[in-house]
Amino acid sequence: MAHTKDIVYGLYNDEEDLLRAVKKANEDHLEIMDVYTPFPVHGLDPLIGLSESRLHIAGFIYGAIGTLTAFGGMSWIFTRDWPQIFGGKPHWPVPAFIPITFELTVLFASIGMVVTFYVINGLGPGVVNPTIDLRITDDKFCIAFDKSEVNAGKAESFLRSSGASEVHSKTI
Amino acid sequence: MSAHISDIREPLINGHKSYHDITEDLVSPTERAPGFGWTVGFILSLTMLAFGLFCIAWTVWHGIGTWNLNRTIGWGWDITNFVWWIGIGHAGTLISAILLLFRQKWRTGVNRAAEAMTIFAVICAALFPGIHVGRAWVVFYFFPYPNTRGPLWPNFNSPLLWDLFAISTYFTVSLLFWYTGLVPDFATVRDRAKGLRRKIYNFLSFGWTGSAKHWQRWESLSLILAGIATPLVLSVHTIVSFDFATSVIPGWHTTIFPPYFVAGAIFSGFAMVLTLMIVTRKLLGLEDYITIAHVESMNKVIVVTGTIVGVAYLTELFIAWYSGYVYEQFAFFNRAVGPYWWSYFGMMFCNVISPQIFWSRKMRRNIAVTFFVSIVINIGMWFERFVIIATTLARDYVPSSWSYYSPTWVEMGIFIGTMGLFMTLYLLFTRVAPVVAIAEVKSILKTAGDQYTGPNKLHHGHGHDDHHSVPAGHGHDSHRGDHLKVVSSNVAAASMAETHEADSSVATTKNDLTKIEGIGPKVAGLLNDANIYSFNQLADTPVSRLSEILAAAGPRYKMQVPESWPEQAGLARDGKWDELEDLQDRLDGGKYV
Repeated sequence: MAHTKDIVYGLYNDEEDLLRAVKKANEDHLEIMDVYTPFPVHGLDPLIGLSESRLHIAGFIYGAIGTLTAFGGMSWIFTRDWPQIFGGKPHWPVPAFIPITFELTVLFASIGMVVTFYVINGLGPGVVNPTIDLRITDDKFCIAFDKSEVNAGKAESFLRSSGASEVHSKTI
Repeated sequence: MSAHISDIREPLINGHKSYHDITEDLVSPTERAPGFGWTVGFILSLTMLAFGLFCIAWTVWHGIGTWNLNRTIGWGWDITNFVWWIGIGHAGTLISAILLLFRQKWRTGVNRAAEAMTIFAVICAALFPGIHVGRAWVVFYFFPYPNTRGPLWPNFNSPLLWDLFAISTYFTVSLLFWYTGLVPDFATVRDRAKGLRRKIYNFLSFGWTGSAKHWQRWESLSLILAGIATPLVLSVHTIVSFDFATSVIPGWHTTIFPPYFVAGAIFSGFAMVLTLMIVTRKLLGLEDYITIAHVESMNKVIVVTGTIVGVAYLTELFIAWYSGYVYEQFAFFNRAVGPYWWSYFGMMFCNVISPQIFWSRKMRRNIAVTFFVSIVINIGMWFERFVIIATTLARDYVPSSWSYYSPTWVEMGIFIGTMGLFMTLYLLFTRVAPVVAIAEVKSILKTAGDQYTGPNKLHHGHGHDDHHSVPAGHGHDSHRGDHLKVVSSNVAAASMAETHEADSSVATTKNDLTKIEGIGPKVAGLLNDANIYSFNQLADTPVSRLSEILAAAGPRYKMQVPESWPEQAGLARDGKWDELEDLQDRLDGGKYV
């Protein structure tokens, strides 16, 4: 990527140290660039100002598209495109459409949400994102500041005073 | 974490693991060269798979005539095996989706492998409908696509077509769910790897960084996928049962089939998860993550679903008799005492009788017994499908077309081949991916790790605080376990010294006070805080003193009546375990009756 960032980051050993540090950063009005953790830390999202994910709304829309596709498709085929008589039943056997309509609702919602998830996160096969620290996926909890947004010295002293076990600078 | 942790809950992660230990333990199996057992298993699996492929090729080349199907017996081992594999595929989504919705923490130890098992089992299952149609090369006619034959569409009224949609959807959703869970763990593997291995895992991990927003969306996605996979998993076997229930074959067209098939599917799926997990935890040394508590939880599911299946069998029999419908009555009479009586007996014994052993806690927690019973159940569930399919068709409406069905070597070979396929895929999976979900296990460490909960909980300061954070800047994570251990041994040493003063004649040992009826881990902790560690000390403590200790601990303990504790402790001290057991049988929650 052509666009690079100069960052300063601190590594914490425990998610509770991390949460305390994030609260302190908020009190000090330090703008956190991002927080990286080895697993989802509960209670972190509101502290760093993340609004609730809207993925479920997208999921509902995809599901509704699936419902309409399945029900509409079968209805069109059996009443318009090629009406047939099966066992003397009506041409538009609504109860018989329920299973496939349900399955396609689930299928569309799942595929749509998963694809959306990877696209909006900028993740996907072959994507190479800059690694801040190799231990973030192991046992370190990282708070990163963008040096163009905060005073580097202030951020560094904040990280040291808030219990980070290590503080580093890096260009990513 | 501020979540309330019950002390009664057994820990789900043993060995005082730190986050780094978890990474190390769960990733290292993919970094080692395969062991002897794995290699032998893999060669065996590949051999079985190769034979299965040969038999499939034989079937496709010569036609379905190589199977022992005939005019009335249109479904034999093929559909038996199909339903059996699909059933096995049900536990994975049940564990990952339904247990996620119910917030069952024990799912984290087994969900990854169970979901993998689901996917592989569905692949094995999907093979059978594909080849049993005879002309496997035109099997795509099943799918509704605009074609040049009219266009001629499939019959959307047919449960067989519903099945196609159900299984395709189930496979896709399970795969997506499983892979999305794997992405962060592949990133963990990636960040430990070098060279080509790093490149491969970078590709597999999709560039995962661990950013807070990504995690938030990841959790949201997992929850919604779980929410929609739950009705999906129930729908799949319901629809499989419609293949039978919507027909006009006696013994098949019963309305009990959907719930009965779903319960049976969960039953057989859990049995297969247990079979695999017991071997996996042993071979990969994952006993700290897939604990006896996990095995016990799964055995509870086994006993519940096994009993539901049993009730369904009996209901079928009752309704056949009660309906007064002679064809139905004959179908069940024929199943039980006809030429296939052995499969009916096998089904009843394996599925209904054998799991009843798990009413006993001791048996639920016995690995050898669990392993044996899980295999018995796998066999029993195969019998169930065989009973429903082959024995019913072998005696249809017209006695002149009755016959006895047994498979040819080709049919058996294909079944063996699917087992080879399943094992090959599973063995490859254990080499490539962490078998236990790393990130998810880490996220429950503080609420389910044995240093934080359960009888092995280490005491530091007060026994019942639930805030275990290390002071800021304390140092590396892996020191935390040691830190706690030091504190705990200090407590023990201090108590030793104090008791020594009080009663110099008896060396103090720390006994498991929870052996006393009425004392749970929490109360045992209170007693330890009051310097009561051994049965001997407890036996010599007056009841009034025990009441004081409980009263001081707050209103939560006022229900406890310690009147029998010293007597029980006296028996335990003297090693009179049988007498203690007799006494406890007479007691009611530790109270004299």
